[in-house]
Amino acid sequence: MTEPLIFEHSRPGRTAAAQFPAGDIDAAVPAELARTSGLGLPEVSELQAVRHFTRLSQRNFSIDTHFYPLGSCTMKYNPRACNRLAMLPEFLSRHPLAPVSASQGFLACMFDLQEILKEVTGMKGVSLTPMAGAQGEFAGVAMIRAYHEARGDTERTEILVPDAAHGTNPATATMCGYVAREIPTDANGDVDVEALKAALGPKTAGIMLTNPSTLGVFERKISEISKLVHQAGGLLYYDGANLNAILGKVRPGDMGFDVIHMNLHKTFSTPHGGGGPGSGAVGVSERLLPFMPIPVVGKAADDSYRWLDEDDLPQSIGRLSGFMGNAGVLLRAYVYARMLGRDGMHRVAEFAALNANYLMARLREAGFDPAFPDRRASHEFIITLKRQNKSVGVTATDVAKRLLDHGFHAPTVYFPLLVPECLLIEPTETESKEALDGFIDAMIAIAEEAEADIEQLRGAPYTMPVRRLDDVRAARQLDVRYQPEAAA
Amino acid sequence: MSDIPQDLKFAESHEWVREEGGGLVTVGISDHAQEALGDLVYVEVPDVGAAVTVGDACAVVESVKAASDVYSPVDGEVVAVNEALADAPELINSEPYGEGWIMQVRLADANALDDLLDAEGYANAIADE
Repeated sequence: MTEPLIFEHSRPGRTAAAQFPAGDIDAAVPAELARTSGLGLPEVSELQAVRHFTRLSQRNFSIDTHFYPLGSCTMKYNPRACNRLAMLPEFLSRHPLAPVSASQGFLACMFDLQEILKEVTGMKGVSLTPMAGAQGEFAGVAMIRAYHEARGDTERTEILVPDAAHGTNPATATMCGYVAREIPTDANGDVDVEALKAALGPKTAGIMLTNPSTLGVFERKISEISKLVHQAGGLLYYDGANLNAILGKVRPGDMGFDVIHMNLHKTFSTPHGGGGPGSGAVGVSERLLPFMPIPVVGKAADDSYRWLDEDDLPQSIGRLSGFMGNAGVLLRAYVYARMLGRDGMHRVAEFAALNANYLMARLREAGFDPAFPDRRASHEFIITLKRQNKSVGVTATDVAKRLLDHGFHAPTVYFPLLVPECLLIEPTETESKEALDGFIDAMIAIAEEAEADIEQLRGAPYTMPVRRLDDVRAARQLDVRYQPEAAA
Repeated sequence: MSDIPQDLKFAESHEWVREEGGGLVTVGISDHAQEALGDLVYVEVPDVGAAVTVGDACAVVESVKAASDVYSPVDGEVVAVNEALADAPELINSEPYGEGWIMQVRLADANALDDLLDAEGYANAIADE
């Protein structure tokens, strides 16, 4: 049954009186500032509002209720302890402008987090200040620019971006004033090194790489790529989107990267449903240390903690926000990292890779085509339905929608763009074998249904509150504003 | 099997070119390309008067699956664009070689079309896709 909009529950004059502020509201606002036209907000009782939003919340398809193969790419399981500890009243009530002397506990956690992230990535310095992944990327490329400019090396105008990189990478390069130049991928999913050699030159400011790439495979030529880019005078940027696959096992610093951003809200497991808040902490190599965004947490001579600012890092690219990142997210990431410890982080990468490879092997046995059959999966892998699309006309969307009927959230579909009719599947490290087997059974059942009754499959989902949406019409006639006159 | 008209030239990146005489060409995307993209929901055409260069992005086609660049198959100046696509991007799906054209270009060099594929060449290029 569809749930009406809250506006459709509305009746003029109905209120939730118990929620009203005490006192005379009209007197609190000077007459000349008071609004004269209506607000256009829904008018419902308290119980109507409670029931409406409770009913909506019960329709969530979430990691707390279902297997969620979007994986760390969207959000992996967030252990409850991280939330519990970050919500301690001592953290919650600390004012961001509180004096350093009253913030030593918080600063100690942040200093430790910087050290842990340095260790797990092999970088020489970490700044926690970027508010989310996009800002982390921006900070990273801004540091690359600052580095070249500080050396008077101003002719470098290009950032190289492999076509298997995250779509945000060329956007970031462009935002930072560079021309993004695409480098092709070879048939096995590695960067085409000959094309890279041809593109490298005096204009190269750097390269942005995601490793493992969005194709779900580890870039095997990374040492050679790193050497070539450095020889040409460029720097290497590591997009941390897929850090979950290699956490502590292989370190970007050891691969030769100069700067990395980490999505702490993904790999370090903090809740960010609904688009935020996030954390895009950046790590840097020796040569980029002077350019880190401020503030960074440092230690004073007496071992107390303090903020490092312009005086400490005069070449810094500057501040990215009023304070230092999203404190609550950073605390959750800190608790997560401390609970795992060094060995635990290795297990995250191992189980994430094991689960992905188990799923891929079983699905292949069942007749599905991995996009890169000769490669081992990282923490995620791609199934292409190109063959089944040609034979019976099944699409990735059909499979995604039918999975919902089987009680599984759909994986990412139609990304990466390089692979036709693809499903990008990332189970993460926290799923049990039984959950993975259930997903495999559902995929097999759907494949059989595609052969037997494609029309049935095209009608899915059947058990959800909303059936198959007309996404073409929704995009062509985008209309998301509620208009009471139109509804009447 | 997608439609590949014999009288057109093609780029490997799936654009077609029709010679209109007098150094003018019409450009669009192939039937194969529109099929792969699926239902289009938005098309961004270049400005009239813009200079286009072979291999450079000159338009954007967006479907419910993805937004893709259209690369100019020729060097020259844009003299007309298909304004109808703003309200009816689906014209590219229904008539990729007709009402779904994207732009008309005055060629910088009339011989430049020699580097493009003919219908048979394009059919071979997409055969293993």
